[in-house]
Amino acid sequence: MWGRFAGTMFKRSHYIALFLVVLFVVILSRIPNQTLGNMKLAIGGMFLPLFGLAATSHDLVQKAGATALPRSVLVEQNDQLRQTNETMTIHLQQYEGVWRENERLRRLVGWQKQNRWSLRLAHVITRDPANWWRSAHIDAGSVDGVRPNQAVVCAEGLVGRVQSVSERRSQVILLGDPELKVAAMVDVSREAGIVQTTSSSPQENNMVDLDFLPGNSDVRPGQDVKTSGDGGVFPKGIPIGKIVDVRSKDYGLSTEARVKLSARIGSLEEVWVIVQ
Amino acid sequence: MNYLNTIFILVVAFLAVFAEAWFDVIRNLIGAQIDLLPALIVYTSLTNSIFSTATLAVCGGLWFDSISCNPLGVSILPLFLVGLAISQSRELLLRENAFAQCVLGCVASAICPLLTMFLILNIGHNPLLGWESLWQLFIMTLGGGLLTPICFLLFDRIHWTLNYQPIVETSFRADRQIKRGRN
Repeated sequence: MWGRFAGTMFKRSHYIALFLVVLFVVILSRIPNQTLGNMKLAIGGMFLPLFGLAATSHDLVQKAGATALPRSVLVEQNDQLRQTNETMTIHLQQYEGVWRENERLRRLVGWQKQNRWSLRLAHVITRDPANWWRSAHIDAGSVDGVRPNQAVVCAEGLVGRVQSVSERRSQVILLGDPELKVAAMVDVSREAGIVQTTSSSPQENNMVDLDFLPGNSDVRPGQDVKTSGDGGVFPKGIPIGKIVDVRSKDYGLSTEARVKLSARIGSLEEVWVIVQ
Repeated sequence: MNYLNTIFILVVAFLAVFAEAWFDVIRNLIGAQIDLLPALIVYTSLTNSIFSTATLAVCGGLWFDSISCNPLGVSILPLFLVGLAISQSRELLLRENAFAQCVLGCVASAICPLLTMFLILNIGHNPLLGWESLWQLFIMTLGGGLLTPICFLLFDRIHWTLNYQPIVETSFRADRQIKRGRN
C-alpha cells in the first residue's frame, strides 16, 4: 500500500536527489564548528571579486560626483574643513594635556595604565541578506590586524563586534543582533545593565533594550548609555546611545530601558576596528 | 544545452545572493530584504531536471549561508524541499501562465524562510523574531512572487538568444502550385 503510494508520489530520480541532498546536509551538520567556520569563510571568499567590483564602482560614482561639483562649493567645503581641523587640533592639544595628567595621577594612585586605542579604518561592503540577523562584512581582515571579538565603532559610537576574520575581510555582528550582548552602564547614575535585542523591529532597527537594571533604578529618558568595560570585549566608555523610555519588569524586581543607538546602523559606510 | 542552462541558473543565483547582500535600498526603505533564491528554485523545478534543482539548492544555500550569519547549510533543505514539491507536480501546473508563476513564487518565498527559521530555532540559535517578522515575511512573499515571472522572462530570453532557432518550413511547393488562367 505504502509502496504504491510512494511510487505514485515520487519518481526514482526524485528519491535519489532527495537522498543525496539529505546526506549532504547531514554530513555538514556533523562537521566541527571550527571547520564549518573555515568552510564558510572559504565559500564566502568566492564573492571577493564581486566585493572588489562593488568597491571600485562605488569609488567611481563618488569620483564622478566630485567632478560634477562646482568649484565654489568645493572652496566652501575646504574652508569649513580647515576651520574644523584647526578646532580639532586645539581640542587635541587640550586632550593630550588631560591625558598626560590622567596618566600621572593614575601612576600616583597605583591604578592600571590606560592604553590608547589603535584604530583601523574599514569600509562596510555587504550586509546580511537574511532578515533575521544584523551583520555586515568589512574590507579589513587578518592582514590588517583584525581579530575576532574586537570592538567596531564609528564616530557616533559603538557599532558591533568582529565575529569571524578571513585574510582580507571580516564579519561584524551589529548592535541589534540577538547574538550580541554588551555590558553597559548609564552615564549619570553609573547603573550597569546588559544591552541586547529580544525582538526585531524593521522600522526601528536603531533601538535596543538595556536589561537587568536594578528594580529601584533611577534611570531617565535622555541619559547616555556607554560600555562599562565588564567582560573585557568592549573597552570602557564607548557611547552606545540615549535612553528613550523606562519600564518596570518582573513585578518591580528589575527595570528595562529602551535605548536609541547613537550609530546609524542602517546606513553605515565606514567603521573603525579597535585593533588594540 | 541542459548543462549550460544549469550553469546559467547557478551564475544568476550567485549574482542574486551577492545583490541581496550588497543592495540594501529596499531594506532601508521598507525594513525587509527580498530573497531571490525561491523564485529561481520555482523556475528551475518547473523547467529543469530534479538534479538541477538539487544543485541550485545546494550551491545557492551554501552561498547564502556563507555571506550571512546562518549556520552553514541551513538554507539547503528548505530550498530543495520546495523545489521537490513543485517538480513532483509540475505536469499539473500551468507553468507558462504568468499568474501561476507568480502564485508559485509567492508560496515558495513564504515557505522557504519559514522552514529555514524553523531549522535555525531547532539548531539552538536565537534569530530576530517578533510580530514585525510577519511584515518581513509579507514583503518577501510579495517580492518573490513578483520576481518569479521576471525570472521566467529572463531565462526564456537567454534560451531564445543561445538556442538554435527551429527552421520553419513553408508549405509552398512549386510543383503543387495551382496555375489559374486559360492556358
